[in-house]
Amino acid sequence: MIRRLVRSLDSRLGLARFVRSAMNHVFPDHWSFMLGEIALYSFVILVITGTFLAMFYNGSSDHVIYHGAYGPLNGVRVSAAFQSILHITFDVRGGLLVRQMHHWAALIFVAAIVTHMARIFFTAAFRRPREINWLIGVTLLLLAIVNGFAGYSIGGDLLSGVGLRVGYSIMLSVPVIGEWLTFLLLGGRVPTSVTVPRLYALHIFVIPAAIAALIALHVSIIWRQMHTNYPGPHRTDRSIVGSRLWPSYAAKSIGLFCLLFAAVAALGGLVQINPLWVYGPYDPTSILPGSQPDWYLGWVEGAMRLFPGLNIRQGFLVPDVFFPAVLLPAFTFGLLYLYPFFDKLIYYDRTGRNRNVLRLPYQQPFNTAFGCAAFVFFLVLLFAGGDDVIAVVMNSRVVDIRTALRILALIAPPLTFAAVYLLCRRARRRNETPPPPPVPESPAVPIEVTREPK
Amino acid sequence: MSDGRERENRPDGHHRTGAGEVKSLFRLAFAFVWETGRAVASALVRGLSGHDHSPPASAAFEAGGRDADRNLAPVRETAAHRRRGVLLVVCALAVAIAAGVGFLFAYWMQGDNPLLGGCLALFLGGIGCSLVLYARWLMLRREAIEPREELPSSEPERAAFAEDFSASVGEIHRRGLLITVALAFTGLVAAIVVSLFRSLGKPPGPELFTYVWKSGQRLMTSEGAAVSVQALQPGSTMIVFPEGSIGDEQAQTVLIRVKEQLLQLPAGRSRWAPMGYVAYSRVCTHAGCPVGMFEATRDLLMCPCHQSTFDVLRGAVPTAGPAARALPQLPLYADADGILRAATGFTEPPGPGFWGMPS
Repeated sequence: MIRRLVRSLDSRLGLARFVRSAMNHVFPDHWSFMLGEIALYSFVILVITGTFLAMFYNGSSDHVIYHGAYGPLNGVRVSAAFQSILHITFDVRGGLLVRQMHHWAALIFVAAIVTHMARIFFTAAFRRPREINWLIGVTLLLLAIVNGFAGYSIGGDLLSGVGLRVGYSIMLSVPVIGEWLTFLLLGGRVPTSVTVPRLYALHIFVIPAAIAALIALHVSIIWRQMHTNYPGPHRTDRSIVGSRLWPSYAAKSIGLFCLLFAAVAALGGLVQINPLWVYGPYDPTSILPGSQPDWYLGWVEGAMRLFPGLNIRQGFLVPDVFFPAVLLPAFTFGLLYLYPFFDKLIYYDRTGRNRNVLRLPYQQPFNTAFGCAAFVFFLVLLFAGGDDVIAVVMNSRVVDIRTALRILALIAPPLTFAAVYLLCRRARRRNETPPPPPVPESPAVPIEVTREPK
Repeated sequence: MSDGRERENRPDGHHRTGAGEVKSLFRLAFAFVWETGRAVASALVRGLSGHDHSPPASAAFEAGGRDADRNLAPVRETAAHRRRGVLLVVCALAVAIAAGVGFLFAYWMQGDNPLLGGCLALFLGGIGCSLVLYARWLMLRREAIEPREELPSSEPERAAFAEDFSASVGEIHRRGLLITVALAFTGLVAAIVVSLFRSLGKPPGPELFTYVWKSGQRLMTSEGAAVSVQALQPGSTMIVFPEGSIGDEQAQTVLIRVKEQLLQLPAGRSRWAPMGYVAYSRVCTHAGCPVGMFEATRDLLMCPCHQSTFDVLRGAVPTAGPAARALPQLPLYADADGILRAATGFTEPPGPGFWGMPS
């Protein structure tokens, strides 16, 4: 029966050739190649859980009086969006689980993209012929961050309301076009009646569609170019070593998907995240102490806290938030986009050949040192994003913590760069024993001449 | 995993008693699934590589192909190894089935969130583990080496493409006209799309440039009561709004009473603080958060979002943190009945800065 079905499909679609080559496609066996898969599977989980949430969520900022299962907010004026989230949380069976899984999966999604990108960066996998896929990957990271922000900004709770106001201030600070940009996209001074519906449309349709399309392109290009290999026996620019897609790679990859889904379910079931009912509905005169964005925007938050209060005021005004919250991210992503081309200037390769064997971090000291320095810089910013919490934990003043972090943000990256660069150079000297001196086939100088004349 | 291995190796065979029947049941169930799966898989393979129209193999597969793969673990492919693999897979599967049934039970009995999440995690984790164990123990571990296809096209292919393309261009007459059509279409579509953005909202409006308070307006509490000069003791603070816009975000103002002799307001503001009452916009000039904290001992207003601090005594100039501009001040006076009123609007539009902000 199955045989007949397969035959009838093949006679209509001619699948045998394609499926045979697909199941023989070779994938390298190295754990670091799983990071991209984790990102892909997190996106699948986000789509599944997000579809469930969209069945109940009401993207409206109209005000309603809450009467529902959660007692402490009974009779409080909340937005319709907030009310629908409380409904998902307290009334829909399994709703809280799916909502928390969605949020956790979002955090894992961005984390997987970032670690995947770090693997690509530190092994120089972005080099020819894979520059295009690097550009797509950077765009995916940007879209993931924007979609994460849009997602946690539509709750109608106090935390997201404060986040939206900060986002509004950042958008407004852009020179020349900031005012128009903000008023056209957000509908005016937030929160307006169109802010939440627009962010919701972006969050569930526009950006996910773009992400899905770019993932399809990303994976197609990987399929066409095939994976890279770590250096090792038989691994050359002209061959690939690993295991075939069918059956063992497929089994392991589907197993990974299930395990990731399991981890997300465990987090969603057991670890509370973004409890909106604890924050309460948005109230323009209230503020939560210790408010922070999700981790992937923590570096922007930290930069906003560390950057000294500087304006440029010459009739026009370039406000203080512009520098850390617009210029720094623009510079960061600009550098990420341009890095493969920048890399060509440092490690100039005049052969123009396609590279399929990865470099190890120590083999390219500048890239590795630069990557580590950038990592340390963003880590300091991430910590700075919670400087008030650190001050409470360390029982010291915020001002002192901020001063220390300002110094660290300036000093730690260059020190890291120098240390990593030197370590890589030393490792390279040790590991790459110099080739034996060339033995001249015919001595350049006749031996007789060197003899002492008698 | 190691536990299972040890039990299997124990010579006295104690492990067989008790658990033996359950195990044989699992084996039976597993054998059923396994045989069915194998039948499906082999039918698939046979169907796809049927002898009457086997696909022409590509050059790459001629060179290598499945038969050329290197077996990585030939020693482990024994019957005992496979038995152990079956045991591990079945254990994981048993956990998965138990947890899956548990999830269904918890769901229909309105179980709480940790129970649902835990069962779902165990179910999916069990399935995932059994698949991974399957791949590790019950599938041949072989290393494939494939030649890569050269990505750049060969010169003859490129030449053939160039030839075909120029031939196809030759079939078009009046090529300039076609280019004009394409350019006109692209340009106008772009202009129309960009123009449609104008429908998204209003131009940057008066709400950006408003000084909020009007001359003579009374200060009101959030409950709607007028604020008199007796409202506060020195060192205390309250939120006030203009009469008629209570609760408005942009209009929120912090009223603080300080000791009058300590005030060092900027020049020209000496009459703005009757009896030590000073009022500032409560919207931070940095990123628009409410400046919600007041430190009475040092007379500092602090924004909890990014920790900007403003000196209340000196016209709310920023003293630390990322804010660059002072909080706009509201000139106050007390009328004949001792009610606090605004003399004019704020000194500058409140809230975060922007390019065209009036100074």
